[in-house]
This record gives sequence, structure tokens and C-alpha cells, in this order.
Amino acid sequence: MTNTVSPYRYREGLKEGVPVGLGYFLVSFGFGITAVGEGLRVVEALLISMTNMTSAGQVAGVTVMMAAGTILEMILTQLVINARYSLMGISLTQKLDSHSTTPRRLLMSFGITDEIFALAVSKPYPIGPSYFYGLMTAPYLGWTGGTLFGALAGQILPEDLRLAFGIMIFSMFIAIILPPMREERGVLLTVLLAAGLSCTVAFVPALDFISEGFSIILCAILAAAVMAACKPIPEDAPEADPAEEQEGRADA
Amino acid sequence: MRVEYLGYLLAMALATYLIRMIPFTLMRRKIRSRFARSFFYYIPYAVLSAMTFPAIFYSTGNVWSATAGVLVAIVLAFLRRSLLTVALASCAAAYLVGLLPFVG
Repeated sequence: MTNTVSPYRYREGLKEGVPVGLGYFLVSFGFGITAVGEGLRVVEALLISMTNMTSAGQVAGVTVMMAAGTILEMILTQLVINARYSLMGISLTQKLDSHSTTPRRLLMSFGITDEIFALAVSKPYPIGPSYFYGLMTAPYLGWTGGTLFGALAGQILPEDLRLAFGIMIFSMFIAIILPPMREERGVLLTVLLAAGLSCTVAFVPALDFISEGFSIILCAILAAAVMAACKPIPEDAPEADPAEEQEGRADA
Repeated sequence: MRVEYLGYLLAMALATYLIRMIPFTLMRRKIRSRFARSFFYYIPYAVLSAMTFPAIFYSTGNVWSATAGVLVAIVLAFLRRSLLTVALASCAAAYLVGLLPFVG
């Protein structure tokens, strides 16, 4: 936390968040269709989006619900899938201004997502609650609105169209992970390893005792851990705070 | 809203919120371990991948129409087309293949 007050206002955050909000509308439209296709009601899908605002966690959550998993499974799934938000949150605390009191942080923390984090952390000066609330606004509206429209569309579309739309959210996941796979060998191998493990769990009869929800976290943890050990990211990777880079290097 | 889902919804929302809120409110320093930072860097990709495969092949209720959608998504994503293009083209491919008489 810094002693200064952030120069950024609510309006600036609001403006910067609009493109993210539009993207979120699309992704959560896919989530809404998938959720209703899996058997959730519109209001249930909407409530999930209103209280979570995270794509991967929500899709995995619906998987656990539909497989009638345990509450423990649900909690563990969310903790593992969303663990990266902890890291982003810690990284963001280094940039907060003196207006960012604990009660305000309680509200701000709800808005930590990959995209919002990326925008906030790239600002050259300290950030405060007003700017961050602005940044959260359009993504939140896009996320909840997209889910509502997707879930409604899932209810009124004819069966064959609704089924075809079921692939939408997964296609978007492919669109998100494929470009960095081309750039970075580490990401490429992580994706292939996780997919290979996940298919192994799904298709090997001896592994049938592993439920779908647990399979996601097991495969993801294993793949990420193996890759973190075999191919650790460079010390100046995006997650590193430029101000602490030198100290970081000393650890390596 | 069905009561039997309330527990799931609460658990999900609480877990997601707490993992965002606790470090953001309490932690005053950052993670230094290179392994931990690499792990957190790779985790989103690993999760998305494990969730997509093999589930995507069952997402349309028909393996063949889904496979068409997967192929289209992979090719267009590889060519760096926008999220919307990839999503809609993949749905269209799945829909069209689903209409073929020998597939349905």
C-alpha cells in the first residue's frame, strides 16, 4: 500500500472496462446456454453469475452440481480453479493507494478476474477504490447480462440449435488457450498434458471412481505442478511486480 | 430456484469470494517462490484444458457434430480469429453436421 492517492477516477475505470464487459457478455452467454442445457433454471444460472463472475469456476461448478457431487468437492474445485486470484490479489495490493481501506477492499476483491487484474496492474500510478469500482462495473453487467440472455435463449431455442450452442463456451476456451500455446512452449505442454490426463481419467475404466469435478482439479494441479517444476517461468514474467524484480532474481 | 441447489450455490460463491478476498485484504507481501509463481501462471491453462477435453466432444449430444465444432474452433483460434468468430463458427459447424442424415 502506498501513501499517495490514486489519480484515476471512476469514469476512467468505467471506460477501460467496457471492452472487457463486451467480451464477458459473449462468454457468459455461452455459460448461460450450457447451464440451462445441463438442467439448471434461468434464475439459478443467473445467481451463479451474479455471485461468482468467473468462467472456468462456474462451468466446473455446474459440472459438480449436475454430477450430484459433494459440497466439499464443490469447495475444493472452486479453491483450486480460482487460486490464481489469490496471487493476483496479492500482486494488486502493492499498487493500492491510501483510500483502499479494509472495508473497501472487501468490495474491490469481488472484482478480481484475469482481465480486470491485467488492466489494473498495468496502470503506471497507484490505484484506488473509485477507479477499481469503475473497472468492475461494465464486466459485471456484461457477465450477468450475458448469462441471463444465454439462459433465456437456451430455453426458447429449438432443440437442435440449443444443442449446437452447447459447444460455445468450450470453443471460447479453445480461443483463449490456443494463441498463447503458439507463443510459449510451457503453455503448449501444460495444455497438452492436462488434456491427456483428463482424457485418461475419463476413458480408463479403472479410474471411474474419480468424479468429474475432482478430475478437473487433479489433472490441472498435476499438469501445472509438473510444468512449474520442468519449465518455471522467467523471473520477469507478467506476474512479477517490476518494483520487486531485482529481489525476485536473487531468489532464483 | 430449487432448494436442493442452495448449498452448492452458497459453497461456490463463498469459496470464490474468500479466495479473492483473504489475500487481497490481509497479505502485505508477494509470493517469492519461483515454483509457486510458475504453478499459478500455468494453472488457468491447465484448468481450461482439463475442463474442455474430453467434455467438449459431448457438449452437443452428438460426437460427430461436436468434432466438427472442435476442428473449426482449433483452426480459427490458431489463426487468431476473435472470440466471437471462433464461437459462432464452431456452433455453426456443429449445427450443420448435426443436420446430416447419417450423423443424427
